[in-house]
Amino acid sequence: MNTVVTAHGLGKQYRSRWALRDCTLEIPTGRVTGLVGPNGAGKTTLLRLIVGMLDPTVGTIEVCGGKPAADAAQLAKVGFVAQDTPTYAGLTVADHLRLGAHLNPRWDDATARSRTERLGLDPRQKAGRLSGGQRAQLALTLGLAKRPELLILDEPVASLDPLARREFLRVLMEAVAEHEISVLLSSHVVSDLERVCDHVVVLVDSQVRVAGDVDDLLATHHRISGPLREPSTLPADQHVVSASHTDRQSTYVVRTPAPILDPAWSVSALGLEDLVLSYMEGAAFAPTHPDLEVLR
Amino acid sequence: MIWLTWRQFRTQLVAVYALVAATCVVLAVTGPALAGLAHRNSDVYDVLTSNDRLLYNGGIAVLAVAPALLGIFWGAPLVAREIETGTYQLVWGQSVTRGRWLAAKLGFAVLATAVAVGLLTTAITWWAHPIDGALGSQHGSLASRMTPVSFAMRGVVPVGYAVFALLLGTLIGLVLRRSVPAMAVTLAVYVFVQIAVPLWVRPHLVPPVTSSVVISQKTLAGIEADGSGPFRITTHTADPRDWVLTNQTVDAQGHAAGLPSWFSGCLPPPPGNSAPSGKTEVHPGPGTLDACFSRLTDEGYRQRLVYQPHTHFWRLQWAETGLYLAASALLAGLSFWWTRRRLL
Amino acid sequence: MIEFSLDSGSGVSPYLQVVHQVRRALRLGLLTEGDQLPTVKDVVARLAINPNTVLKAYRELERDGLVAARPGVGTFVTRTLADSSLAAHGPLRRDLVRWLAKARLAGLDEESIEALFLATFRHVNEETA
Repeated sequence: MNTVVTAHGLGKQYRSRWALRDCTLEIPTGRVTGLVGPNGAGKTTLLRLIVGMLDPTVGTIEVCGGKPAADAAQLAKVGFVAQDTPTYAGLTVADHLRLGAHLNPRWDDATARSRTERLGLDPRQKAGRLSGGQRAQLALTLGLAKRPELLILDEPVASLDPLARREFLRVLMEAVAEHEISVLLSSHVVSDLERVCDHVVVLVDSQVRVAGDVDDLLATHHRISGPLREPSTLPADQHVVSASHTDRQSTYVVRTPAPILDPAWSVSALGLEDLVLSYMEGAAFAPTHPDLEVLR
Repeated sequence: MIWLTWRQFRTQLVAVYALVAATCVVLAVTGPALAGLAHRNSDVYDVLTSNDRLLYNGGIAVLAVAPALLGIFWGAPLVAREIETGTYQLVWGQSVTRGRWLAAKLGFAVLATAVAVGLLTTAITWWAHPIDGALGSQHGSLASRMTPVSFAMRGVVPVGYAVFALLLGTLIGLVLRRSVPAMAVTLAVYVFVQIAVPLWVRPHLVPPVTSSVVISQKTLAGIEADGSGPFRITTHTADPRDWVLTNQTVDAQGHAAGLPSWFSGCLPPPPGNSAPSGKTEVHPGPGTLDACFSRLTDEGYRQRLVYQPHTHFWRLQWAETGLYLAASALLAGLSFWWTRRRLL
Repeated sequence: MIEFSLDSGSGVSPYLQVVHQVRRALRLGLLTEGDQLPTVKDVVARLAINPNTVLKAYRELERDGLVAARPGVGTFVTRTLADSSLAAHGPLRRDLVRWLAKARLAGLDEESIEALFLATFRHVNEETA
């Protein structure tokens, strides 16, 4: 099985609002996938659908070969670290490890204990007294010691200071290097993702705009600028992501597998952050047109 | 999951059970003395010390309040707290399904509540048994076990109330998702139920006894009169501990009737004719009243009593407990359904 | 053993930065034949980057014939880039010294010289890419 998440036409509706629409994607195994998009785009909804905390309104989703949260065996395959890494304030660190041991069949107690030791967490300290970074590390330890096939993290470092953030990502990457684990993490801070992700899904306005390997995406997206031109005059294989015009000049971000040969354009490469931003801008001016997945 | 529930409940359990144990010890120590006192004195009410009265009222207070408190403080936050603090995301991310999670929490809470309240009610019912319904020779008496107030604080029903309150709190907490509003709403609903049931449901849980009583000095409980004369007679049942539901004068045809107009001549005028109208309990002397009662009986007037005799106490207790437990089961079922289908 | 660093603001992808840093070390003689490159785990622990990134960089270096992976042991240097020693480019070096003197005379300080050089260097690279 080489996809860890397969979704088809997935959608979730709350009363009158669609939090997620037309979501079709395949997330490959063994990668660190970043789910990126502005706040309110539907990232948490998608993650919760994958974990099984929510039931879809329309569409299908398959995670690690099974239906999310179908039974204890399925739950054991997926680990979840929620936003703001909630912990039981009245329980100590050691209690949390016991919680994991009692509630997970594949619990790796030795790893859990050595991790908390290495991180300097006092087992007798109540979780409510830990700093934000320490709580996040505790939640990460719980997620990893469960030995899941897929670990999902919802904005895990959003509220952490830079040092705690780096520490968290370091521990996460070390775990990825050590075990065969797929990771899916969401963030609206793209610079963090550039370091750790090799696959990315861009979600804007409740729809998936683009998804693919980071290297592929960076290689196939270009920023081109030149004299003022209409988008319709561009070749068919150049798909416009975003556009901006002055009275003399046009600047486009395009996606194309082929090199751009027209000498009128000055072409420059795009960083991941700029790429995501152009999709967010592009969504603003064509909100109902979902872009296609990058084919590998 | 059991370990986690225990760990989360630990402090509260210890506190509550310590109180229960203390209460039981106090009652156990004073109980036998009280029983002895009641055994030796028929007018035991008069010989009760203020300490005894304090314990008696305290017992009533504890059993009045304990089920509600446990239900509200254990039930409402049971799920609502986890939702408020976000910890449900932590525990649902482990390898335990939602159904099993809720089952463990609810099962544990129900057991803990039932046992705590069960201990309390056993101790208090045993302690108060000798003196429940005791009548004093002068004014004053202790309420019989059958009366609505006392009934709720004796026997088995407090356990039913407590379990019901707990499950009510849990469901409301599930729906509202916030502990404090859930506590308030649970309290309101619980109080409403506790008023409605004795009023409308309890009298019919076990079929009451209907009897027709001849009105005489012996059976008279009182005559109510206002400025325009007497208008209502009440009689009492054979045993003062019975719970009277209807006390109605009926005429020869069996219909409810007011007193005949000639009856107003049977009573001495109230002291101070210019007294304002109001109900006065009249305890008439012998003589004319007897003649009036015989005349009433000859004209076919009887007193119709519908009552629950005190021998029905335990049947009513089990019937009402069963009712509350059935309601609790319904609430539990709803809670499970809501958690699985509608919570997020 | 060399140590890697990551410049997250540079716009160059992480794996390329690793490749470049290895190549530069080879060129400057900091790495010679037989030296072991840091293990993937060490790099990840130090930089908090995706292990696949490191693997990809090492694979590219292996493809270029510069390193070889020995399973279970590590990745080792097989060839240096210091064949063309810097001394062999004497004329180029002299031109550079002359240009630097001119830049100094024109009033540029160290930072400006470096900025001018890098900007022109990048511009030329992009045009030929």
